[in-house]
Amino acid sequence: MNPRNLIALTLCILVAGCGTLEKISEVGTGLGVATGAITADQAQSINKSAGAIDKASESMTPEQEYYIGRTVAATILSQNKPFDNRSLTTYLNTVGQYLAMFSDKPETFGGYHFLVMDTPDINAFAAPGGLILVSRGMLRCCKTEDALAGVLAHEIGHVELNHGLQAIDKSRYSAAVTTILAEGAKNLAGNNVAELTKAFEGSISDITSKMVNSGYARKYEFQADKAAVTILERAGYSPNGLVAMLQQMEKDLKPGGHDFAKTHPAPKDRIDELAKLIKTPASMDTASRHPRFNENMRGL
Amino acid sequence: MSIKRLFLVMGGVGLSAALTFAATTTVMSVQINKADLRETPSYLGKVVTSLAYGDKVTIQSENGAWLQVSASGQSGWLHNSALTKKNIVMKSGAGAQTSASSGEMALAGKGFNSDVEAQFKNNHKEINFAPIDKMEKIKIPIADIQEFAKAGKLHSAGGAK
Repeated sequence: MNPRNLIALTLCILVAGCGTLEKISEVGTGLGVATGAITADQAQSINKSAGAIDKASESMTPEQEYYIGRTVAATILSQNKPFDNRSLTTYLNTVGQYLAMFSDKPETFGGYHFLVMDTPDINAFAAPGGLILVSRGMLRCCKTEDALAGVLAHEIGHVELNHGLQAIDKSRYSAAVTTILAEGAKNLAGNNVAELTKAFEGSISDITSKMVNSGYARKYEFQADKAAVTILERAGYSPNGLVAMLQQMEKDLKPGGHDFAKTHPAPKDRIDELAKLIKTPASMDTASRHPRFNENMRGL
Repeated sequence: MSIKRLFLVMGGVGLSAALTFAATTTVMSVQINKADLRETPSYLGKVVTSLAYGDKVTIQSENGAWLQVSASGQSGWLHNSALTKKNIVMKSGAGAQTSASSGEMALAGKGFNSDVEAQFKNNHKEINFAPIDKMEKIKIPIADIQEFAKAGKLHSAGGAK
């Protein structure tokens, strides 16, 4: 057997069972070779990639998550303008970036960054990759730094648990992967970018629609609360601040509103679940953080 | 092909799989844009050097969520969320030749990337990315965060163990 046949046989055995995506790729590359778009060697390279990526397709790379997150955040900000207050923004990012270090996923492709949205609605969004947007209405539900930390830790929890990416319809990612494979042996041509952009636009729409309109499944919200309790206790904040924020939110939410009233479980349900998780005594002294909180929130 | 040759081929495949396994258990790739290698397993540790996306590191030891690694002759600590066992291939053509058989690779810069974002921006001129570019620049220095934590009687800013 000559070396080329040996390699071919080895590859056939190694990629056996990699399934549908590989077959799709083989059809595509067959066409590519027939039409002269790619060479036989390039086709072989693409088919090999197909066998490999089929398994990895369950999780998107942090780099792709980063580009999705940027566009999700930009789309949400097109409806809610940023609230321009430098000291508040710095304060929010100091608390948020401190908390992120205590999550199970402190490192993302582009890092964690926080911004205030100029709206009285009670809302907060965690775009994939760590871009976190919190409304003025939400900040008004926070009466202490520990309450604010609770809100931010909950959003960091959504990022840590990849909830945004899970809102993407699987068909879109399959389409994207197939296009990436077809592109494997050559540079991105115009048509490939157009195909990928279509899958990208669909993914952005899936995520923003879930975040803004329907809300995540209740279990995701409880999972994010659980992650928040872990982060807060590791960082030295009292998770009871999150409970206090939810109690305030219960008073402030307007029934039928297009914010947390629509997208999140009732605050009381979240409080009941949190009570099962929190170990920190309610008597924990948080007074040393009050003056700076009041100072920084003054401009709200 | 004779039976003997067939066994040789199968043995080669097995050996290849074993080598691949050995490689994936000790070598990892940086999966974030920039990773600071630190002297100690903590965000308070002094930065030894910065590693780039796709850089390969060899795992030396583990301490909770932190991994001691060596890269380009230097040793230090990284949080495990900065690393992946997948082989991040920076150029798809060459990488596909050598890494496809592992079943664990990712093509850097492919898929949803800056080209796709540019096309999206072109299709949706009403969406403004300027506030996103601005917010991404906000990085509070670790010394400021440590001072903030101390003043607020919080824990040390080193991160989770």
